Amino acid sequence: MLSRRNPQLNAHGELIHLLSTEGLPRAVIHHILDTAGTFLSVNEREVKKVPLLRGKSVFNLFFENSTRTRTTFEIAAKRLSADVINLDIARSSTAKGESLLDTIANLSAMHADMFVVRHGESGAPYLIARHCAPHVHVVNAGDGRHAHPTQGLLDMYTIRHYKREFTQLSVAIVGDIVHSRVARSDIHALSILGVPDIRAVGPKTLVPGDLRDMGVRVCHDMAEGIRDVDVIIMLRLQNERMSGALLPSAGEFFKSYGLTEAKLALAKPDAIVMHPGPINRGVEIDSAVADGSHSVILPQVTFGIAVRMAVMSIIAGNEA
Amino acid sequence: MSTLTLDAEALYTELRAGVGTLLRPDTMLVGIWSGGAWLAERLQADLQRKGPAGVLSSTLHRDDFGERGLASGTGTTQLPFAIDGAHILLVDDVLYTGRTIRAALNELFDFGRPASVALAVLVDRGGRELPVQPAFAAAKVSLPASQRLSLARDRDGRFTFSIAEA
Repeated sequence: MLSRRNPQLNAHGELIHLLSTEGLPRAVIHHILDTAGTFLSVNEREVKKVPLLRGKSVFNLFFENSTRTRTTFEIAAKRLSADVINLDIARSSTAKGESLLDTIANLSAMHADMFVVRHGESGAPYLIARHCAPHVHVVNAGDGRHAHPTQGLLDMYTIRHYKREFTQLSVAIVGDIVHSRVARSDIHALSILGVPDIRAVGPKTLVPGDLRDMGVRVCHDMAEGIRDVDVIIMLRLQNERMSGALLPSAGEFFKSYGLTEAKLALAKPDAIVMHPGPINRGVEIDSAVADGSHSVILPQVTFGIAVRMAVMSIIAGNEA
Repeated sequence: MSTLTLDAEALYTELRAGVGTLLRPDTMLVGIWSGGAWLAERLQADLQRKGPAGVLSSTLHRDDFGERGLASGTGTTQLPFAIDGAHILLVDDVLYTGRTIRAALNELFDFGRPASVALAVLVDRGGRELPVQPAFAAAKVSLPASQRLSLARDRDGRFTFSIAEA
């Protein structure tokens, strides 16, 4: 699957698709974050719209449901003046037996300029990027357990906003790491940006030991995992995992790994608490923490629009 | 004209005098990023006007986005005052095709409806592709299209012009 060149970059090293945070040059990440800063102010204007993607058609292809992520991409594209077409793919052509590449070929014939793809299979956005016309750009909005790069980048934006520098930070990612494409995208981005201490915290069934190969410290003890960290990224405990015998119960999980004020006190006094949403109060995070002064969960949502605007406008301006 | 040397500091003195005659007490100075923003910042201080000057970035409204994409370090718009009903004097270093001014006007109107907008520039190099007319230009020069004229600011805040083959 890996070609010699990173499929996200053109021959000049410019971003043409966003498929994963893995292998992104540090300068490209900073360019995205800087550009997002510009767009953040656009969202506070009287006229919340700029014409960078005027006349372009952005197709939201969600093979897996996600109202929230789809909506944030839709808002971002509309604020860039693109025409946005939402396709409920899961319930239409695929259900009739059309293959992924045939669907893409059909939509390309409708003169799509950009595909925002969410798919249950890891690697689907790569396949689309490899087979679409050269002027078409692809953004991965989450593929299987593999990657969710815009979430990873908005997490980096949030961390940079509150902590300024990456090179002195300790960051703990807590919860269901094994099933989390967010965790993987965060870990790659944090390493590229030079974070020296990345910890993965959770039970053995949900935090695989091979994360150590990615330069991550694996902790099965919550207290050890979050002691003196600057940033805590809580992950959603996906209910469907509970039935798979990976966990005894939600209550048990909360007792060991749920973030309460008492546990948060082990982190640095100015630590920030992040969560990709939607949050399960009382499962992975206590309400007092989710609504507390350390929580930056809602600013993450605001930053997410600006980061998606940045990604879409940057790739649309670069040629394959 | 051929071995053109432009004394940016001398032109700035003329610009300051010209802008002085255009300004009303309630006019707001707004510089176009980057050269125009430096000029507006210095004019604001030299003309003893209160508060900071505004900065407009034309990046998000450029019409050559398709060819050039989004570059790094393009500046951000900062308008620390209300635009609705305001008299605005835009300042830029070089006026050429007029496309930057068109983009800057679009950017400005995203923030409200000004009462009036006028333009003062250090150098008008002709070659207009849009109906844009400055209220004041400290100099008018003619340059071949292949040459790029740009303002630089050194560490002491002094201005110089450089001409390069594009």
